[in-house]
Amino acid sequence: MNDFEFQTATTVDEAVSLLAAKGDRARVLTGGTDLIVQLRENLREADLVVDVKKIPELIQYSLTEKGLRLGAGVPCYRIYGDEAIRKAYPGLVDSARIIGGWQIQSRASIGGNLCNSSPAADSIPTLIAYNVICHIAGPEGRRTVPVAEFCTAPGRNVLKRGELLTELEFPAAARHSGGAYLRFIPRNEMDIAVVGAGAWVQLDAKGETIERARLALAAVAPTPLFLADASAALAGKPATEATFKEAAAAASAIARPINDKRGTLEYRKHLAGVLIERSLVGAVRRARGEKWDPHV
Amino acid sequence: MVRKTHVATTINGEPVEFLCEARQSLLEVLRETLGLTGSKEGCNNGNCGACTVLLDGQPVDSCLVLAVEVEGAQITTIEGLSKDSRLHPIQQCFLEDAALQCGICTPGFIMSAKALLDRDPNPSEHAIRFQLAGNLCRCTGYDKIIRAVQDSAKRMAGQNK
Ligand SMILES: Cc1cc2nc3c(=O)[nH]c(=O)nc-3n(C[C@H](O)[C@H](O)[C@H](O)COP(=O)(O)OP(=O)(O)OC[C@H]3O[C@@H](n4cnc5c(N)ncnc54)[C@H](O)[C@@H]3O)c2cc1C
Ligand code: FES
Ligand code: FES
Repeated sequence: MNDFEFQTATTVDEAVSLLAAKGDRARVLTGGTDLIVQLRENLREADLVVDVKKIPELIQYSLTEKGLRLGAGVPCYRIYGDEAIRKAYPGLVDSARIIGGWQIQSRASIGGNLCNSSPAADSIPTLIAYNVICHIAGPEGRRTVPVAEFCTAPGRNVLKRGELLTELEFPAAARHSGGAYLRFIPRNEMDIAVVGAGAWVQLDAKGETIERARLALAAVAPTPLFLADASAALAGKPATEATFKEAAAAASAIARPINDKRGTLEYRKHLAGVLIERSLVGAVRRARGEKWDPHV
Repeated sequence: MVRKTHVATTINGEPVEFLCEARQSLLEVLRETLGLTGSKEGCNNGNCGACTVLLDGQPVDSCLVLAVEVEGAQITTIEGLSKDSRLHPIQQCFLEDAALQCGICTPGFIMSAKALLDRDPNPSEHAIRFQLAGNLCRCTGYDKIIRAVQDSAKRMAGQNK
């Protein structure tokens, strides 16, 4: 690994000015579980690494009636360790629990998972399903971007020179709503998703009809994919197996995966349908207040 | 000349200061600068868990922590577990249950097991397997390791009575 300069920023402004001065030779460090590996394996180079874990805004979260504001640097273990988050955003917890093993979760943040912008990242379908807004700070001030527009290509995103992701804003958990994330890997833990699927639904008060839904997939395209049409098609449909199967067929049709050692193109398309159906079932059951565990 | 940074931290309850380069991992500094060679390097990329230490009480892969990040932190390594040259019950159970062969993975497993038992003194087998999924062993097989953690839980419960 080449040597680099290391700085600890304590405010957003300080981080932005450090990053802006070095441009694409500077990298933000949160948990380091992607960055340190990439620097060590010379997949990335940096002259400056800026640790942002001492910036209060990035390592705090608040859950109110307005929703969840999640600091970009909050590690996974704090997310699934919070009972109120487990209740309000179970799909986020599904993702946080499976990013690496425990040692990784002690460090890995959702912000880092998003900014690394892997097509197979396990939090991004969840963030898309929950319709998260990304808060970004940069030399020109603050801006927001809907998470479905954040990733632009494998490892690339909308962040410009000097910009920092500060917070992820989750809309308030609506009544009769639920979310879920599922991925398929050949072993039970610690692997990269062959396909990942996130779903969010809001049901009517009887729990019978889907009022709104958002579906997203990982590892079936160069970026995580929001299934806009398939999501819109669910509105007004009964929450029944026939409906879930329609969504599954739409997901398989829209997936445009690659062949690689983890799975063939055909296999991934099939899996995309299966996992969308199952995550939709999970989201619906949670929206009805029932228990649903992705790991059984 | 490479710039070195001064870092002040606490390791196994003792204040420790060292100089390091920004690119050096905590694992490298523990082993090569501080002579604490109990933490092992298996993969150097976060997959095997042989380098597990507790950072402010949380298990982390020390190969994926920059040494410059631990300024002001509390670190526990495998060297911090025995007291007055008596092995920690988890260490004792790994020995008695033959939960190791080459031993490279052992310090990491023991640190993860400690983190688990500190939070959940009576974990289910499922919980043990799930929480230790970030530790790999290529010799022993996992059943003996799981049994050693279960026996550790019993022994520690007995000691706390
Ligand atoms: C053994 C192992 C297993 C893993 N398993 C999984 C898995 O199962 N699923 C999965 O999805 N991922 C997995 N990962 C990848 C990684 O752990 C996750 O992507 C993690 O969420 C990254 O978060 P981090 O905080 O460690 O990010 P870092 O490594 O600190 O940063 C990641 C990237 O984002 C940039 N960045 C970070 N924060 C910001 C910010 N606030 N603003 C702008 N840029 C920023 C960094 O510069 C860097 O380029 C695994 C990694 C390892 C080593
Ligand atoms: S050496 Fe750190 S995880 Fe393998
Ligand atoms: S005993 Fe050799 S790797 Fe576990």
